[in-house]
Amino acid sequence: MDLKTYKFSKDHEWVKLEDDIAIIGVSDYAQKEMGDVVYIELPEKGNSFSKGDTCSNIESVKAVNDIFTPLSGEVVDVNTSLEDTPENINKDPYDSGWIFKIKISDSAELTDLLDADQYEEYLKGI
Amino acid sequence: MKKTTINSAHYHLGGKMIDFFGWDLPVQYSGLSEEHNSVRTTGGIFDVSHMGEIFIKGDSALDAVQYITSNNISKLKPGKILYTALPNENGCFVDDMLVYMITDKEYLLVVNAANLEKDFKWISSKVERFGVSIKNRSDEYTQIAIQGPNAEKLLTQFTSDKITDLKYYYFLVGKVSNIDAIISRTGYTGEDGFEIYFQSDEKTASDLFIDLAEKGKDLGIIPAGLGARDTLRLESKMSLYGNDIDDSHTILEADLGWILKLKKGDFIGRDSLLKQKEEGISRKLVGFELTEKGVPRHGYKVFVDGKHYSEVTSGTFAPFLRKPIGLVYLPLGHSDIGSKFHVEIREKQVEAMVVETPFYKRSS
Repeated sequence: MDLKTYKFSKDHEWVKLEDDIAIIGVSDYAQKEMGDVVYIELPEKGNSFSKGDTCSNIESVKAVNDIFTPLSGEVVDVNTSLEDTPENINKDPYDSGWIFKIKISDSAELTDLLDADQYEEYLKGI
Repeated sequence: MKKTTINSAHYHLGGKMIDFFGWDLPVQYSGLSEEHNSVRTTGGIFDVSHMGEIFIKGDSALDAVQYITSNNISKLKPGKILYTALPNENGCFVDDMLVYMITDKEYLLVVNAANLEKDFKWISSKVERFGVSIKNRSDEYTQIAIQGPNAEKLLTQFTSDKITDLKYYYFLVGKVSNIDAIISRTGYTGEDGFEIYFQSDEKTASDLFIDLAEKGKDLGIIPAGLGARDTLRLESKMSLYGNDIDDSHTILEADLGWILKLKKGDFIGRDSLLKQKEEGISRKLVGFELTEKGVPRHGYKVFVDGKHYSEVTSGTFAPFLRKPIGLVYLPLGHSDIGSKFHVEIREKQVEAMVVETPFYKRSS
């Protein structure tokens, strides 16, 4: 998986930009930490969030995991296929395991994100 | 943190370590669901050395153990084991434990790690009048559990003792890997399996655990941690002290009437339990499933007829059964199979239904 075009938050979410739309999911590290995902509460299309808000909950066998949005904006799409196949978050976190898409309202927030190399370094320190 | 003799093996095998009531133990190795399902289909090995071992010895050992337990100890013979409550005067639980009859003058009590000190103090004060010796020898013992359909196939490679003939809830004193050991056919998973108790140094114990893991590979037996231990026992509806049983719920309310033998003679809590048996219980521990999406977890509020009644005592998404299950105390009138109630999950009322337990039962 070529992660060069991905950005990461310190809460282990990833961001892939398509113009002003950010596709968001959780990193491989996050899915490993969570364990087997069994349910996901997706955010609602049309809802707006500020950076850091809890916008989704992922239920794994061992715990409930809050997902925080790394960027502010309005939810324009959600991956409804995860309702039937939540395990895609574990199997394919960077692609078919994407969770939601937001229309970014503050592009300055992008500078707070880490690139793939910086995220790797960050993980080493945990 | 305290370390078991197997500690270095956990690091060697890639265990994810946590502080479990003061013990440095693995919550998982390869993953909770993988380990859980491995135990159900092939097998798993667990370090359970944190459990407590208390020995009661003396001419009046039987009388002493009868007095502090709810089950009928006189049904035991050497080599046999039973499960019992360690009741308080109200018929509630100081702990739950296994009693191994070694001889008619010596019994081994295996208790929960979290309650060891409390249990030892309690038992010591209650058996004083019987003039027996009571020794906490937990620090001496390493305990390994091998659980799953292939458990026997693995253990036979490490012992020449006749474990094939060993029946469920029986034990023998023999050798594992040439080390003197108590081998019992017991476990906390709902599968066939063994628990091995032995005294050894760290190197021997760790090497044995690694050796079991190595030889286990061909049989699909993998190291398993505390996370899987908890989901396995819950699927099999085995109670956990602190969650499902405690000092404020009685043996009858906990749906454990089968370990209560009121006719055996006097024991701590007998009067309270006799009274409750005559009057009837007003609440009962039951198993449930959610009928809507969600995962019930310990502490989540439970609503009966729209009112907050109790909390989920244990809950999870069962890895093998692939559904959300849990245990809860409900009012007696609401505890029949099929009864519906609600679990509050993040401010949402999620419907649940009382089901038959155990949720899972092995086929053999």
